[in-house]
Amino acid sequence: MSGRTSDPREITLSINGTVHKVAVEPRRTLVDVIRDDCGQTGTHIGCEHGVCGACTVLVDDEPLRSCLMFAVQADGRSIRTVEGLQTGDALHPMQEAFMRYHALQCGFCTPGFLMLAVAALEKRPDLNREELVDILSSNLCRCTGYENIVKAVCAAAADMKANLDASP
Amino acid sequence: MKPASFSYHAPTSVDEAVALLAEFGPQDGRVLAGGQSLVPTMAFRMARPPHLIDINGIAELAALTVSAGVITIGACVRHAAFDSDILPGRTGDLLRKVVQNIAHYPIRTRGTFCGSVANADPASEWCCVTAALDGIVVLRSQRGVRRVPAAEFYQGVMATAVEEDELVVAAELPMLADDTRTGFVEFSRRKGDFAIAMALVTYRLENGAMIEPSVAIGGAESHPRRLREAEDVLRGQKPGGAVFAAAAEAAAAAIDPMADFNNTAAYRRGLVRTLTQRALESAE
Amino acid sequence: MTAEPASIIGASVERLEDRPLVTGRGRFAGDVSFVHQLHMRIVRSAYAHARLKAVATEAARALPGVVAVWTADDIADLSPIDFREGPNEKLAPFRQPVLAREYVRYAGEPVAAVFATDPYIAEDAADLVTIEADELDAVIDASIPASEFTAGLTTEPTVCRQGYGDVAAAFREAANVIDMDLSVGRHSGVPLETRGAIGHYDAARDVLELHGAAKVPHKNREAMARMFGRSTAGVHLYEGHVGGGFGVRGEIYPEDILVLVAAMRLGRPVKWLEDRREHMIAANHSRQQRHRIRAAVDAQGRLIGIDDAFFHDQGAYIRTHGTRVADTACGILPGPYRLPHYRVDAHFRLTNKTPAATYRSPGRYETNFVRERLMDAIALKLGLSRIEVRRRNLVSPEEMPYERPLVALGDEVVLDSGDYEGLLNKALERCEWDRLEREAAERRKAGEYVGLGLAMYVEKSGLGPIDGARVNVHTNGDVEVITGGASVGQGFETVIAQVCAETLGTDYRRIRVVHGRTDRIEYGIGAHATRATVMTANATAVAAGKVRAKALDMAAQLLQTEPSKLTIRDGRVVNSDGSDSAGMPLGDLAHHLRPLSSTRGEREPGLAAEGWFTTSHMTYPYGVQVALVKIDPGTGGVHIEKMLIAFDIGRAINPMLVRGQLVGGFAQGLGGALFEEFQYDERGQPLSVTFADYLMPTAHEVPEVDVLIAEDAASTTNPLGIKGAGEGGIAAVGAVIASAVDDALGGKGLITQIPITPQALKAIIDGQKS
Repeated sequence: MSGRTSDPREITLSINGTVHKVAVEPRRTLVDVIRDDCGQTGTHIGCEHGVCGACTVLVDDEPLRSCLMFAVQADGRSIRTVEGLQTGDALHPMQEAFMRYHALQCGFCTPGFLMLAVAALEKRPDLNREELVDILSSNLCRCTGYENIVKAVCAAAADMKANLDASP
Repeated sequence: MKPASFSYHAPTSVDEAVALLAEFGPQDGRVLAGGQSLVPTMAFRMARPPHLIDINGIAELAALTVSAGVITIGACVRHAAFDSDILPGRTGDLLRKVVQNIAHYPIRTRGTFCGSVANADPASEWCCVTAALDGIVVLRSQRGVRRVPAAEFYQGVMATAVEEDELVVAAELPMLADDTRTGFVEFSRRKGDFAIAMALVTYRLENGAMIEPSVAIGGAESHPRRLREAEDVLRGQKPGGAVFAAAAEAAAAAIDPMADFNNTAAYRRGLVRTLTQRALESAE
Repeated sequence: MTAEPASIIGASVERLEDRPLVTGRGRFAGDVSFVHQLHMRIVRSAYAHARLKAVATEAARALPGVVAVWTADDIADLSPIDFREGPNEKLAPFRQPVLAREYVRYAGEPVAAVFATDPYIAEDAADLVTIEADELDAVIDASIPASEFTAGLTTEPTVCRQGYGDVAAAFREAANVIDMDLSVGRHSGVPLETRGAIGHYDAARDVLELHGAAKVPHKNREAMARMFGRSTAGVHLYEGHVGGGFGVRGEIYPEDILVLVAAMRLGRPVKWLEDRREHMIAANHSRQQRHRIRAAVDAQGRLIGIDDAFFHDQGAYIRTHGTRVADTACGILPGPYRLPHYRVDAHFRLTNKTPAATYRSPGRYETNFVRERLMDAIALKLGLSRIEVRRRNLVSPEEMPYERPLVALGDEVVLDSGDYEGLLNKALERCEWDRLEREAAERRKAGEYVGLGLAMYVEKSGLGPIDGARVNVHTNGDVEVITGGASVGQGFETVIAQVCAETLGTDYRRIRVVHGRTDRIEYGIGAHATRATVMTANATAVAAGKVRAKALDMAAQLLQTEPSKLTIRDGRVVNSDGSDSAGMPLGDLAHHLRPLSSTRGEREPGLAAEGWFTTSHMTYPYGVQVALVKIDPGTGGVHIEKMLIAFDIGRAINPMLVRGQLVGGFAQGLGGALFEEFQYDERGQPLSVTFADYLMPTAHEVPEVDVLIAEDAASTTNPLGIKGAGEGGIAAVGAVIASAVDDALGGKGLITQIPITPQALKAIIDGQKS
């Protein structure tokens, strides 16, 4: 390592399977680097102090606030964002359910909710409604009143489980 | 809300970390663990540490072990680790109960037990747990190891016994006896917020009477602590509404509550009465 | 004969907006970037009130990456930010300068602007700007006697007065007089996306562009062109995705002006993104009012007169809305009730806080709380049920249209249609009010703190007077509807497409709806005052009707038949009697109508038309809300056990979206009732600057809401018969929660302010016990 430790350093982020090699100052937050350096603007910034959850991404499949992690800390890690949810043109069951149940209005909080819900259900497919409400209460939405988000996530949970059961 | 510039250090061993702390601690260098409290304060530029020592890459700090009746929680063990059945016994049950109240799921995947302890927010659940269970905080520096009991560790609002060159490497909690009853209740305006007050109680029964009672209060004072006044009310008594109410009253009387814009001392005192009683009633 | 397909108006179809939003391909303000752009950072006052002595910028300028640092002196040629509805001499001295000069009047006021190559550097540089100032006493309470605000300026720029009848006589003849002192806390829209503005000057076309626009792009274009002395042809606003509006976003703020001026003067695009802390002290606050209200009531509980003096806490400056919130409050306060005599004085007061303006249901959330508290108090005083006292006062359907000699949003109040008692009955039946009331009483007897609350209200929507839209069929059959409306996430595109599809007989999914772009259409009303659906949808229907006629006319020539024998189904012109199932696709007809087409004849080129809709008055939807709550006496926490919103919307274009508006509005209203408040200390320092201090409800706090959408009273002011839904969910939540909590405490009229805090409730309950 050469130069000052506050100088930009080369890091490698795998975002939805695509490798991004970028040079960033240590102080740059993961969300800023995902958006500005890697051009993946689907992840949103709502508060930059870890409360609203709009910036929720998965790092090595764990959901976390990407405004509360420095990008240098994610060097070499595998990151999933909303852009990676769909497979080709086929939407993820969670995305489908959000549309079907009118679980979004302005859509700004939506990527955070999608990633949070997908992460939680990938780990524990059997989460019940009450447990899901508890998990979803970590993110803020200002438009929907949450009811339709809860409905969509519950419906997607069933869809995801059915897919899981159907796959070999 | 972009953090001020800092130098980033990523040690891979505790020796390396404490060497960095010896050098940069006196220059307001800070340890970065989960970052769930530190990074927001940096975003608001209320904290501008010129050096961050990121301990997440130190493998030896990630361990959560049980041995000889003691649970040792390494500095990088996340809150989420307690939301699983890996911890046995009554202490495991208690931590599982408590962890549900700590912030929210995506915070728990990142924030650490020891980070909460070191940050010493008055409303930290883990600080309350360490106080209630007479836990020990293990500190390392190049000068050596210090083992500080919780009762001495917490010294004020976000003030602890940690010296600037010291790293919290672990917290130790006793394995509670298998017949220990535990209860934990907190109140905040929204679930997941820092509590305005919380109560944690433990006791055992011997011939139908309560022994080894512990009553700890968090959120209400500058730091969590056990309230001997309430414990004395319980000791030797049969559990029941009247004695619980008396203990709750003793707890409310014993504290010196903080006051802020939304919560008067009187309100906090009232909450402590309510929550202590409910923690006792719900102890199982 | 084939059956006519089911109407698309009234169908809960999926939204056109959703796919980019669920796949991370939206374009919010933060997603807009230009090559070579600069980033702006605002240096804000830490003082609530101070005389500026010096603003030192040298250190900031010296930082590598900093291109410019401006203070008021650098933009001395710019006027303060004007009112949306045009100049107002009396209020002009109270407007906000783009950057503070001489004085700062609230913590958060812009004092300097830094322009740098990177947002991190811009923030570093802003930190290096130092403000030297003499702190002055701060005015925090709007209800203390008026005084000098700063040199030569009073704390009371104006008093908005409305009223009619003989109020003094009303009180003389009253059998009962009810007197209340009621307060609503300071809170606001707080959208999840903070504000953002990107200024770009395109010298090649001599066009100044503002990206990140919202709400009222066309009006703002006019105001900005005036400010810069440019032609409106050389100023364009572009609305991308908008992460929630709620009245707050889309007004002209200092930052919008600064990015535009900087783009011109610095010769580079300039991007500004508000951070959350800034949002909490810089974007419009709202709601804070204190009402001292008296009601004159006859022996049967009928209102004879209301005399209200209220103090409207405007904050430090009068922003783009002027006195609109206070005016609306005056005009709408009587709600659904007959009121023979009325007098209201709105003391429009300045304080050293963030300036206030509209937030979803402005003037109604506040006055619904005030009026419904009053109605509950009348019931209590006369020993009547809360239902009965309302029944005795409701305007009846026979009295419609019901004119009041009042003005709201510059429009005379004429309640156009409604069966208020009918909706009340429906709501009571739906929630089983009698059973709930009985059970609540029993539970209270058993020691629980359970209460049932009710609120009735009239909303307003469809502020005119006029809006236009253009419908254009492309040769592949896709349809473009070009509107001057705006989308703040409410589903505008879908609703407009549904209306167009209904008239044009085509699939709504083949319709693109353009909005928020001043370069596509000359005029537009945007999205505010719950007007987008009413105004723009009706204009769209007119335009689509013309296109339909033109398509049938063209097709009749080609098919050698009469237009009257044709109709449009699934995007094809077919015989109305069902014969000849093939038909002619609309795209083919558009092809025949090309300028060079030999079949076009004398017709104007293009399968396109413009339509205008004009209305003389607003339309008034109305609602009933019922809440059942339980207080935890040990903590003072409130749990909502049951919630009903009954709302008559005239005609629902997409019931799923209407429901979404009502439930979403409810959640925001709940925030104002129980959680959210912008608090200040005695020095005027803001205390609610983070999401840990400003408590917005989460999925835990918001209960499921039962929604009853009624379509009993179609609007008489527009052909589609629609009334807006955007503000109907939030409007009475403060009122209904207060009513329910009060009932839980024994129905004694103890709840006189919102938000209702656990601390306050526990103090009341502990006081009752001892």
